This record gives sequence, structure tokens and C-alpha cells, in this order.
Amino acid sequence: MLEIKNITKIYDNTVLALNDVSFTVPQGQFLAVVGLSGSGKSTLLRCINRLIEPTSGQVILDGIDITAAQPDELRRIRRRIGMIFQHFNLVLRSPVITNVLAGRLGYTNPAWSLINRFSKDDIAMALKQLDRVGIKEKAYVRADELSGGQQQRVGIARALMQEPSIMLADEPVASLDPVLAHSIMQYLEQLRDEGITVICSLHFLDLVQRYADRAIALKDGNIVFDGSPSEIDEHRFKEIYGEEAQRIG
Amino acid sequence: MKKKSPSLLKTLGKIVLVIGIVIVYAYGLQVTKVDLEKPQEAKRQEQLTNILQGLAHPDLITYEIDRISAEARILVPCTGTPPPEIPAEPGQPAIKLSSNCAEPGEAITVSGTGFNPNENVFIFFVPYSADPAAAVELKLTGNAVPTDSDGNFSKEVTLRKDRTSDKPQTVRVVVNRRVGSPKPSEALKQTWEKIVETVFLAFIATTLGVTLAVPISFLAARNLMLQVTSTLTKFMASLIIMPIGALLGYSIVSRLTEFGSQFPNGNAEAVLLFTAAPLVGLAVVQSAGGKNTFFKALGRWFIGVAIAAVAVVVLAKIGSVGRETGISLKHSLGGWSFVGNFILIFSDVILLGLPALGALLGAFAFSPISNRILEATVPRMSALTSKIVAVVLSVLAGAIVFGVIAATLNWFYEFGDVAQVVRTPATIGAVLFAALALAIDVNHPIPTGMFVYYVFRTIMNTLRSIEPLVMVVAFAVWVGIGPFAGVMALGLHTIVALGKLYSEQVENIATGPIEAITATGANRLQTIIYAVIPQIVPPYIAFTLYRWDINVRMSTIIGFGGGGGIGFLLSQNINLLKYRQASVNMIAIAIVVASLDYLSAKVREKIT
Ligand SMILES: Nc1ncnc2c1ncn2[C@@H]1O[C@H](COP(=O)(O)OP(=O)(O)OP(=O)(O)O)[C@@H](O)[C@H]1O
Ligand SMILES: [Mg+2]
Repeated sequence: MLEIKNITKIYDNTVLALNDVSFTVPQGQFLAVVGLSGSGKSTLLRCINRLIEPTSGQVILDGIDITAAQPDELRRIRRRIGMIFQHFNLVLRSPVITNVLAGRLGYTNPAWSLINRFSKDDIAMALKQLDRVGIKEKAYVRADELSGGQQQRVGIARALMQEPSIMLADEPVASLDPVLAHSIMQYLEQLRDEGITVICSLHFLDLVQRYADRAIALKDGNIVFDGSPSEIDEHRFKEIYGEEAQRIG
Repeated sequence: MKKKSPSLLKTLGKIVLVIGIVIVYAYGLQVTKVDLEKPQEAKRQEQLTNILQGLAHPDLITYEIDRISAEARILVPCTGTPPPEIPAEPGQPAIKLSSNCAEPGEAITVSGTGFNPNENVFIFFVPYSADPAAAVELKLTGNAVPTDSDGNFSKEVTLRKDRTSDKPQTVRVVVNRRVGSPKPSEALKQTWEKIVETVFLAFIATTLGVTLAVPISFLAARNLMLQVTSTLTKFMASLIIMPIGALLGYSIVSRLTEFGSQFPNGNAEAVLLFTAAPLVGLAVVQSAGGKNTFFKALGRWFIGVAIAAVAVVVLAKIGSVGRETGISLKHSLGGWSFVGNFILIFSDVILLGLPALGALLGAFAFSPISNRILEATVPRMSALTSKIVAVVLSVLAGAIVFGVIAATLNWFYEFGDVAQVVRTPATIGAVLFAALALAIDVNHPIPTGMFVYYVFRTIMNTLRSIEPLVMVVAFAVWVGIGPFAGVMALGLHTIVALGKLYSEQVENIATGPIEAITATGANRLQTIIYAVIPQIVPPYIAFTLYRWDINVRMSTIIGFGGGGGIGFLLSQNINLLKYRQASVNMIAIAIVVASLDYLSAKVREKIT
């Protein structure tokens, strides 16, 4: 279970990106985070694994206070939280397999990392994860030779190497065409079915309604909706996106 | 006054501007002593001609010279019987004088036969000397005298007014003939030797510089260092511990090094201590039984230190054995003595480097421990206690930091007794830091990384602005004139210049991968290895090649400042007015620079 308690994030003492946000996610839920651009979705996701330090508030994962964790402990906690990104964030000049293996770094002795060494088990696992996302044959090509959809699959494989119990996805399909978008979303759906909590920020409501168990809407850093995606009707939609907004897709 | 025409104002402004520029220019010409009369003076033009002619005739090859001479006797002044003519040997050149008896200052004609056609002969007067070996040759003609197409010549010369004698004296005609095939001249040989020195100077300076610039570039990269933060308490504790740790590390490792290099002549207890230490550490870890992470960490640290100590001893032994081997090989290997020299240098690097490394590690080895202790204790303290701890640590840190700075300045300027000089700054530092600790919240993040960043940036920007040609002067005073000083100056400049360029490349990398790798639970080192390094390899290679080009150029002139290499030879030749030799040096420089430029362009093509 993941508890977000009164998280506030103020950038540079001026920009209020999150304002006293609280909610609880039970293990194995598919939670969609929606909201306008700039509403604080990315900030929220990054406060969970502390890629961004929240200004105040707590994030508690299965009773462990992530926000209070010291560096070493924080790294151990991060191993349990996978993350995928809109722009995939692969190391483009490295081969795919190295990108995937990087997901194992939290478990690897830093001394081995100095000489770029991973255990046999890790390598076998990396190939298995690549097989799972359907691009095993690309294991030894450079990441920048892959298409966007393939790169995102590498991103998923990398996150899965962590054997995570939570998967954070920050607009994972925003740079992909609709067909690829669905295939990536289906991978996330599978993870949910395996008991992994998925927290995914999304722009398209139809994706939210099709894949998410629950949706949270942010507006200017405040939660303005928290409920089942099917409850987002025309009226709610205007509340979240503003009066002028038109539904697309 | 209504509105004055703006265009008039503008025009006035322009005129003032033009006048201003002219004045600046006029002053500039005066300061730089531009003088168009000078280059036209006949004397100076002649000098220029000499130089240009010297340069146009590089002293590249020499021949072995066969000196052939023919002699005739003459009585000067004419106060007796003229000496008999020397009979000509067949096949050898011979000379005849118009008169074998003449007054000082009289003109006589020297004619020769049997020389080679069209060669240059020189005519000398050899005054009488009781000891023939001490005889001197005095020139009778300014220039060489050419023979005709039959190998004959005839030349009127004026006898000297001094050098009279009642004994027969000698007129000697000398011809220098080249024999055998052309050989490289002395200048060419020297140039070759120095060019090799130059290229290696550039090579060693570049490789050493790059090796050190790479780690420094990370410390001077804003985006990496921005993430390094600490709490006030941790930071102050580190400030206190670092100089102490450095001193401790230095003195311990120096002792270990000495012990290791004398091993096994040292005492047995020490050996025992070394073998026992890791076991004690292991025992601590074992007894912690997976529960107490603090003790476990301490135990690990202990084992690490023990292993490091053993490594130091072993390395020191290797160093001292290497030193002796190196020295003996240097004297016994002859042409391969540089191998011995290499072993010697390598061993010296180990022996000198170990204590320095010890100081470095000592500086950083204790911060993790103090951090851990503070992490474990401070959160449990009451607000007041933690504040008191922060203030106490800050007072100590302030005193140490300011004290060390004052002591350093005192070393430079010799204000007086260290203990006296340090007192006031240390007090000021303590007060300042205490104020800081009172003002800042205990848990407020302190940008320690940026602190390091600014220190490195400042050092690099300062040193970078000093040209290697200037730096080398200081190094030449320190280690003596020669290529070693050049290597040091070029190497240092390479470190700071490349450190800056490299760090800018680190600052330009994509942040996404760093974010992603950090999110997997990787530590900072792993993040650098997996997210940063793959991105910076291509620009680093490009900048390394760029610097290699610069260093090749610099190494050819670093000798002007005392840094060895071809530049040293060139400056000597110019000072000695040996322009033909200087010309050889310059040609060599042009060839080396051009061909290495070409080579690195080729390499660049391959890589990108
Ligand atoms: N590093 C930063 N420094 C200062 N302000 C920031 C920073 N990152 C984000 N912000 C601000 O915080 C607010 C929330 O940004 P955030 O990126 O979380 O929004 P978002 O919902 O993810 O938007 P998008 O849909 O465009 O990705 C915005 O007003 C943004 O300008
Ligand atoms: Mg975003």
C-alpha cells in the first residue's frame, strides 16, 4: 500500500506545483493521474521516488517512510519502484541489453559496475524481460536504432529488472501513435494483473477509461477529482480541464 | 531650446566617435613603437638579408672534407738570398710566386696549377715559426679565388706589413674538397633528436593531462554537483574531519610505505597487526549477525582499511624493488636503458604517490562514518540539542577552515609565527560559522557539491589564463630547464583547459537517462558510469584530439621558456645567430606540426 500524505512541492520558493496532496493506493491498483499540462502530474510521480524532493509531506510505502529515508535506504526503496518516461530516457549510445541491465544496478555491487559487469543471472533475466516485451532480437543493437515504441518497451524491460512492486509511468504513450499506445498500455495492464501497483499519468481520457481502475485529477497542484474513471462525465471533464476544453479521442 | 535636430546630434556623436578612434589608434601606434623608417635602414636590411639567406640555406647535409694544400717559400723583407722553390710533385697542385723575395706591403702574384677546374682556393700567409706546429695561417685574400676550366689560377695579393723575418716564410694555398657521399649535418642530427623529444613531450603531457582532467571534469560539472547536498551538521563534521583525515592518511600511509619498502627488515608485530586486522573486522561483521547495520558497516569499513593497508605495504615493496631494479637496469641495458628508466619512474610514482593517495583517501574515508553517526543520532535529538551540535561543529569547522587558509597565506607571505598569525582568522571563522549555524535550519540542505564546483572552477579558470609558455618558467626553476619542465607546464595547462571543456560537455548531456538510472536505485557512481559516461565519450575524444593538436604546437615552442624540445634548440640557434641551423629546426617544426595535424584529422574522420 502506498500512502501519500499532505505532499506539497514548491519550486524555487515560488512555483506551487503540488498543494497538500493526499491519497492512498492499495497494492495492485491501476491509478491514472490526469490534468492539464502544468497541473503537477510529473511532479507528483517524481515525489513518490524522490527524484524530486517534496517540500513537505510524507510518502509511505508499506509502512516505510520514503521521505525520511537516508540515501542508502532510499536507494533500496527505489529498487521496488520502477519508472518509465514519456521520452523513454534510454542511454541511446549503449546497447539495448545494457539499458535493460541498468535496471539491476540497485542490486549490483558498485565495484562490479566499475568494470561494467553483471551476473549471469542478471543477463538471463534481461533477455527474458526483452523477450516478454517482444524485442529479444534487438538485445545487442544500439538503443538509438530502435523506434519509439521499441524504445518504450526497453524502458519497461529496464523497470521490470527491478522486480518492482510499484510502476510509475509518466505519460508513457504521449510520444507514440495510437496503435503503439495501446500495446504499451496493455503491458502496464498485465503488470497490474500480476499484482504490481501502476500509477500512470495520461492525457487521453479514453485510455484512462479503458485501462485504469481509478483516476485522480490534478488542477494547479490540487486534487479536483478522485474516483472511478467512468464517473468522469462532461461536467467533471470541464471541472478538470476548464470550461473551454473539448473532448478529443 | 526646442528640440534640436536629432540628426545633427547623431552626426556630432559620430564625429566624436571617429576622433576618439583616431586618438586611440594614434596612441596605440606610439606605444607599439611602429616606425616605418627602421625597416628601410640599409644596415637593418642587410641584417634581414643575412637572416633570410641563412634560412634559405638550411644546414641539412655535410661532407667529409679533404684539405689539400700547396706551398711556396718567400723572404720578407728581401734581405738575403731568396729561398729555393719547392719542386712540384707530379699529379699534385703546385703554386709559384712572381717573386720569392719581397718587401712588406708589396704586391705579388700567386699562380697555381694542377688544381681541379672551377674550384675555390684560399690563399694564406704562414709567418715563420720555430715550432711548425704553432704556425698560424693568415688570410691574404678576403674571398675564395676560383680556378679556371684548366685548374689554374693567378691572383695578385698584397703582403702584410707586419710579420717580417730573416728566415724564409710560407705562402700556402688551400683547397677544401668534399669527399665521399653527403652525410646528415650536425644540426640535422640534433634536430632529429629534439624533434623526437618534442613529440614525446606533447604525448606525455597530453596523456597525463587527459587522465587527470577526466575525473576533475566531473567535479566541475554543475549538473552533477548540484545534486550533491548535505545537511549543515554533516557538512561541518566533514570540514573538520577532512583535513584531519588527510593528515592522518598521509602520515599513516607514509609510515606504511616506509615499512613496506624495507620489508622484511621491519618488525614482526606490524606484520602480525596487518594479518590480524581483517580478521578482527570480519569478526565484528559476523557478531553483528545481519542485525545492526551500523556495526556491520563499521566492520566492513575496518576490513576495507586493513586490506588497503596490506595493499600499501605490498605496493611500497614493489616500488622499492622496482626502484633498485630500475636503477641497475638503467646502467646495464645500454640502448634499452629507457626501460630501466621507465621502471624507475614508475616505482617513484608509486612511492611518492602512495602518501598523496593516502592523504586523499584519508580526507574522504571518515566523512561517511561521521555522516552515518550523525544520520543515526541527529534525528533522535531534540531541536535544541541538534542545534547545539550544529553550532559546536560549525565553530570548530570555521576555526579550522580559516586557520588553514591563514596558515597557507602565512607560508606565502611570512607574516610571522604561525600560531600567532592563525589565531585571529580562526576566531573570526568560528564566529562566522557559528552565526551561519544559528541562521540556518539544521536539516536545511547545504549545497556541498556547488562548493566543490566553485573551488574547481576558480582554480581552473585562473590557471587556464596562464599560458604554458609562462608556466614553464616556474617549472624550469623547480625541476631545471629541459623537457621535464615542459611536460609539467603543458600537462598542467592540459588538465585545466580540458577539465573546463570536458565539464561543459558533461553539463550538456541529456538529463533523462540520469533520471532513469537514478530511479532504479543506482548510486551516484553507477549513475555516472551508466548514464553519463556513454554520453560523453564522443565529445571527450574530440576534445582530446583537439588538445593533442594544441600540445604538439605548444611543445615546439615551449623550449623558448626553458621547457626542452626543439624550441630550446631553435632559441639557442637564433641567439647564436646560427640561422642556417635555425632554418633546419623550423623546417622540422613545420613538418611535424603539419603531419600530426593530418594524422589527427584522419583519426577524427574515423571516429565521427
Ligand atoms: N524544475 C522546475 N523548476 C521550477 N518549476 C517547475 C519545475 N518543474 C516543474 N515546474 C513547474 O511546476 C508546475 C507543475 O509541473 P509538472 O511538470 O509537474 O506538470 P505536468 O502536469 O507534468 O505537466 P505536463 O503535462 O506538461 O508534463 C508547472 O507550473 C511547472 O512550470
Ligand atoms: Mg509532465
